[in-house]
Amino acid sequence: MSTQATYNYKVVRQFAVMTVIWGIVGMLVGVIAAAQLVWPQLSVVEWLSYGRLRPLHTNAVIFAFGGSALFATSYYVVQRTCHTRLFADGLAAFTFWGWQVVILLAAVTLPLGFTTGKEYAELEWPIDVLITVVWVSYAIVFFGTIAKRKTPHIYVANWFFGAFILTVALLHLVNSCEVPAGLWKSYSCYAGVQDAMVQWWYGHNAVGFFLTAGFLGMMYYFVPKQAERPVYSYRLSVVHFWALIFTYMWAGPHHLHYTALPDWTQSIGMLFSLILLAPSWGGMINGIMTLSGAWHKLRTDPILKFLITSLSFYGMSTFEGPMMSIKTVNALSHYTDWTVGHVHSGALGWVAFISIGSIYYLIPRMFGRTEMYSTRLITLHFWIATIGVVLYIASMWIAGVMQGLMWRATNPDGTLTYSFVESVKASYPFWTIRLLGGVMFLTGMLIMLYNTIKTIAGQKAYEAPVLAPAHA
Amino acid sequence: MSDFVSSFWSVYVAGLTALSILFCAFVLWANMTKKQAGPVETHGHVWDETLEEYNNPLPGWWKWLFWITIVFAIVYLAVYPGFGSNKGAFGWSSVGQYEKEMQTANEKYAPIFNKYAAMDLKAVAADAEAKAMGERLFLTYCAQCHGSAAQGAKGFPNLTDSDWLYGGEPETIKTTIQGGRNGVMPPFGQLGAESVKDVANYVRSLSGLAADGLRAERGKAVFEQNCVACHGPEAKGTPALGAPNLTDKVWLYGSSEATIIETVTGGRNNRMPAFQEFLGDAKVHLLAAYVLGLSGGAKQ
Repeated sequence: MSTQATYNYKVVRQFAVMTVIWGIVGMLVGVIAAAQLVWPQLSVVEWLSYGRLRPLHTNAVIFAFGGSALFATSYYVVQRTCHTRLFADGLAAFTFWGWQVVILLAAVTLPLGFTTGKEYAELEWPIDVLITVVWVSYAIVFFGTIAKRKTPHIYVANWFFGAFILTVALLHLVNSCEVPAGLWKSYSCYAGVQDAMVQWWYGHNAVGFFLTAGFLGMMYYFVPKQAERPVYSYRLSVVHFWALIFTYMWAGPHHLHYTALPDWTQSIGMLFSLILLAPSWGGMINGIMTLSGAWHKLRTDPILKFLITSLSFYGMSTFEGPMMSIKTVNALSHYTDWTVGHVHSGALGWVAFISIGSIYYLIPRMFGRTEMYSTRLITLHFWIATIGVVLYIASMWIAGVMQGLMWRATNPDGTLTYSFVESVKASYPFWTIRLLGGVMFLTGMLIMLYNTIKTIAGQKAYEAPVLAPAHA
Repeated sequence: MSDFVSSFWSVYVAGLTALSILFCAFVLWANMTKKQAGPVETHGHVWDETLEEYNNPLPGWWKWLFWITIVFAIVYLAVYPGFGSNKGAFGWSSVGQYEKEMQTANEKYAPIFNKYAAMDLKAVAADAEAKAMGERLFLTYCAQCHGSAAQGAKGFPNLTDSDWLYGGEPETIKTTIQGGRNGVMPPFGQLGAESVKDVANYVRSLSGLAADGLRAERGKAVFEQNCVACHGPEAKGTPALGAPNLTDKVWLYGSSEATIIETVTGGRNNRMPAFQEFLGDAKVHLLAAYVLGLSGGAKQ
């Protein structure tokens, strides 16, 4: 046995455990920020004021929680579907520690007020440099593993992980182009509306490639594995993969409707967002239909519940997104809480649910077990999280539409019916419901942490032997 | 004005747009196979022991959804701006839409405001409907600084108290809204901390606030040498300069000894923005009348 090759589970294990930890941290910061909207007096010191916590929240959930989940699952999937140990163990270990340092630097610099002011790219230039180094290492490990695969074909999950890694590298390099002016200060390479366009080209593709393509990669492995059914359609996966990566690139301008951005750019942003509907739904169909013939498993398997519900939320928010990109709809929804609700139906309903399901699959396997300590606690987590998401997005829909309608209401003399602060006041009940939804989601994560600790306790780290590819 | 610096970029962008849409159409068209008789088969590869893929055809409704969005995009590009520098058959532009809506609004609403524009400000202030309209304008444009009840805040004058920095005559209020104001109190820290503290005590004594008598007496001399040019020999203020009356109970930044020391030491620089260009004369006229009415100035 000692000579038999094993998969590199160490780095997967590290990232899997950190996914749970960073999920709790990121969501806790979100809950505090949500509470500050309800009780502004909670903004006691500048470092913990809303304006500094909000970017900390988004960075922590997207890059610390989501990022760790993507590293863990992509490293696991690429080894197992290529039937070979991860390429360059040392480099893989570097990506883990490097990424943790990036997260810690973010957790220190953002509350101190160091920011580029670019949404989802707030980290200052020294951290940007470190991200670049870690990301290039990640690409070498991932594509190196693909290169030494023992199977003739590359499994579909790896197409999505590969597209995600390559595109995020491109997005990060172009949008983070900046001129340093001291250690913690820089100026963007771009000016005016070009800067805004580059930022939202980045911003929307961060959604498209970091938060969608990467997690679709996760979906394509863990859904068929957990359902023990073949993927519904290879053909569909080909069509929706290529259509998705071709169209997402164009969708960014829909964040800048009715601004100084030229009309033609806005139109293209809207049209490609609409074309995106079918390719996005292709992923949902392929995931959900994989379950055909095994629907009964949904009743008893809470991991499958997480995975399939995540696809439902994915379908819902990828329908909502194209609708919101239509200029006339956007005229109402833009700058309101509707956007916040939309983002969270994607971030909590899709990204967090698919990650949670996948991590519940991974953690016992990382420690030589087949199941988590308690299946009932997973079920409890599922229900409390589901109710939390529903409360969150329903309250934001109502608040958002209400705000949009209040802002555009006019009196018979053409003056505004409501002053801005009246719309703020009217939003309080919904912000309170949103806070409740967030607290429930966070509670679910704490249950997950307890279940994880109980699963790991007393177990030894495990490395599975590399399997020979099956001959079909 | 064209959005492109040269026709090359227009062609470049239009080409890429067409390529991307046609690519989607091509991938879709190349995979339009129908469902075949017999059971669906996997396409033959196995990964990680159990991972296989069926090769089901694309769902029919999904194909149609995809085609509809592609066709919609092509039609939209023909009629709206979006395909390079092509303006679209409808000739629509966001600037055009804005201008048209503004024109319609002006035609509809201008008469409502204009009917007050020629009236005397006091008469407008006494008109109930004008007051309601003025309040709506105030809540939209003025409440951010002066507060929703015009009660003011530190640095932002209370408009309900009949005390005016620049004068409360109807036309003066209108001038303030039209052109804005820039109120500057120069810093006097160079007098030294002791003298500043003395003068702060003197100023407090002027409005009947508790003050150290000895300091107030010394401060009087300091005041006469340094402050009378703006605040006047009796410290009653000079509206032409916006220099406040220091003998009343109204304090823009606060009346505590510490705050007055801060004001004298560092000076103050305050700005009321100008609204004439932004709102136009008719709306400024209504706002001036509303503010006049707030302080009871209309009754005098």
